Amino acid sequence: MNALNAAPQPKPPGKKTQSTAAAPNSPDEKPQSGFSRDGVEAWTDHRIEVILGNVLRSGVVLSAVGVLWGAAIYFARHAHQAADYRIFRGEPSEFRTIPGVIHSVLDGQGRGWIQLGLLLLIATPIARVLFSIAGFVLERDRMYVAFTLIVLGVLLYSLLGSGLTF
Amino acid sequence: MTILEFTSIVGLVSFVAGLLGSLTGLGGGVVLVPLLTILFHVDIRYAIGASLVSVIATSSGAAAAYVKEGFSNIRIGMFLEIATTFGALFGAFLATRIPTTVIAVVFGVVLLYSAFISRAPRAHAQRNQPPDPLATRLRLNGSFPDREGERAYNVQRVPAGFSLMFGAGALSGLLGIGSGAVKVLAMDQAMQIPFKVSTTTSNFMIGVTAAASAGVYLSRGYVDPGLAMPVMLGVLAGSLLGSHILIKAETKSLRLVFSLLILVLGLQMLYKGFWGHI
Repeated sequence: MNALNAAPQPKPPGKKTQSTAAAPNSPDEKPQSGFSRDGVEAWTDHRIEVILGNVLRSGVVLSAVGVLWGAAIYFARHAHQAADYRIFRGEPSEFRTIPGVIHSVLDGQGRGWIQLGLLLLIATPIARVLFSIAGFVLERDRMYVAFTLIVLGVLLYSLLGSGLTF
Repeated sequence: MTILEFTSIVGLVSFVAGLLGSLTGLGGGVVLVPLLTILFHVDIRYAIGASLVSVIATSSGAAAAYVKEGFSNIRIGMFLEIATTFGALFGAFLATRIPTTVIAVVFGVVLLYSAFISRAPRAHAQRNQPPDPLATRLRLNGSFPDREGERAYNVQRVPAGFSLMFGAGALSGLLGIGSGAVKVLAMDQAMQIPFKVSTTTSNFMIGVTAAASAGVYLSRGYVDPGLAMPVMLGVLAGSLLGSHILIKAETKSLRLVFSLLILVLGLQMLYKGFWGHI
């Protein structure tokens, strides 16, 4: 903890303990953070969060539509076949790589559409992280831009580096 | 069972799990994997893949509603996501390497712990502690609207919380759950973050954490479209309904029933793991 000696002087609790948080100065005022120095409209944490919430919801809706469409095709073709998930076989490559999924969607396969919807779902939090980077850039918070880039790196590694693209 | 029958029943069970998980705040994923493996004899790896996908759906779907309340702290969330995403990657790689019986035993222990924590009385620690230098430097402290106006809070014990979050991420990646119980332990107990801020920030984090391991699961062929479809749609519909209806009077007994269910499922998973019936 020696590296922390350079930390800013702790302020007494009860006051605004952090200049960057979306902390209203009084309950009557609109929440506003310290980012209004050059903009007409301040980029508050809360405003970014509202945008993020909507991004996430849109991603989920889009994904659910894809999955539902895939389910309709899947049922039309396979509804009366037997379902068996007792034995683990692993999915064929058409359902576990991005090119494979796109290929099976172009083939009009129901399960391909379902996987496309699920890929969109996995991409939704990634979009959220991307928007957060933009938000922290607008807030000129370099430390959190760096933190968010680390998280983005892990997510992209998981999606692209673990074999999904091949 | 035909695909139509299987999908309908799994969809219905997932709907109920999502509804109860949302009403009780314990999350639907934690009961889904054991239900799928015990009732439907689904291989646990398929069950985990499907559950993980539903976890992203619930977290992201509820985010817009949570954000309006204005309690979540995106700085705390983003900082701790460094720990949870690395943990999730680690958990997902572990899941592809260790035997399913071990996964079942770990799952059983987590279920028993969740049942315990959902019944244990919440200790209200003293919240007005002086700012922690590391938390101040990381700009984690904040405030949230309370009945008596704006209430400031100071985040404590950052390294402990960060380590616990790595564990939460690893469990999420290994078991396909949101691991909300461990997240609350880290934020509420270790870091002394107010409960409302903990739960809303945790919801925000769960989706990102699950996405970090879902990519690995999908590319390893653990996400079956025929199974993930009813699970994801069912849990999403159930949890969205749950977040819109508020039956406050019933929540207490619902919580009791749900934690009993978690307890029974936990014992079942331990039994299955130890006797190799998985």
